[in-house]
Amino acid sequence: MEKIRALIVDDSSVMRKIVERSLRQAGLELEKVVEAGNGAEALAALSQGPVDLILCDINMPVMDGLEFVRALSTVENAKGVPVVMITTEGSETHVVQALSAGARGYIRKPFTPEQVKEHVLPVVGKKS
Amino acid sequence: MSAETSLVMHAQEENWLPILELAVEEVFEIMLGHRVKPVPKEGQEPPTEFTAMVGLAGALCGILTICCDQETAREMATSMLGPEIADSEDQVSDALGEICNIIAGNFKNKLTGTHGCMLSVPTVIKGEEYTFYSLADGELLETVMLFEKSLLTVSLRLHS
Repeated sequence: MEKIRALIVDDSSVMRKIVERSLRQAGLELEKVVEAGNGAEALAALSQGPVDLILCDINMPVMDGLEFVRALSTVENAKGVPVVMITTEGSETHVVQALSAGARGYIRKPFTPEQVKEHVLPVVGKKS
Repeated sequence: MSAETSLVMHAQEENWLPILELAVEEVFEIMLGHRVKPVPKEGQEPPTEFTAMVGLAGALCGILTICCDQETAREMATSMLGPEIADSEDQVSDALGEICNIIAGNFKNKLTGTHGCMLSVPTVIKGEEYTFYSLADGELLETVMLFEKSLLTVSLRLHS
């Protein structure tokens, strides 16, 4: 299986570790995991090199997840890169806002590894 | 009647405590792999060495807190992350704050009419020598839960 470079954006370092573990449990082979604590850090990380997948929280300080996803349209290293939101925000309004901004998937916390598998594998071209 | 007022009235009319308890039970089962259950307080004061809090603003205003002792907080972080990762006090605080955040989100997602409700970034206080004063002066929902052999308190103070 092709190895994936993942960018995980969440203000909680604990949650970043859990998301990484869930990706591995989903069967993804991770070549590289880049972590960022907010949208601004994530944009800075993308300027250093491309990734294949972005997992992103919504409620974060400095730059929230929706603002970050909207900003991705101007980032060369993010062109065509699938974004999956992983967030406590569960309202339809947030789902619509995220998908309209360009996110390809939406996972509500609390989440199981199976939900990560179900929502992430299709957007990186793997069977769930 | 404002949206905020009507929602707080629903807390009294609909009895939100079982919804809060269900939100806590789900988060512990899914994210920590542990079952917790509400227990009677029976006169004993549950420990408050670690307090995590998340504010709610907008359609539903208030503050959600989780209190427990240090050992329980460490056990919760270990359940979430594994013993090799949950080895620092910072990681334990981060884990407790995130659990509080997910419970707050899970609770509000179970209610109708809270789509305009936002959550704050979590705050964690270590130590018991503090006075908690909140402007949330409305309904208090509080439950004591049994996690393994330890007690933790989950409270939601709503703004009237």
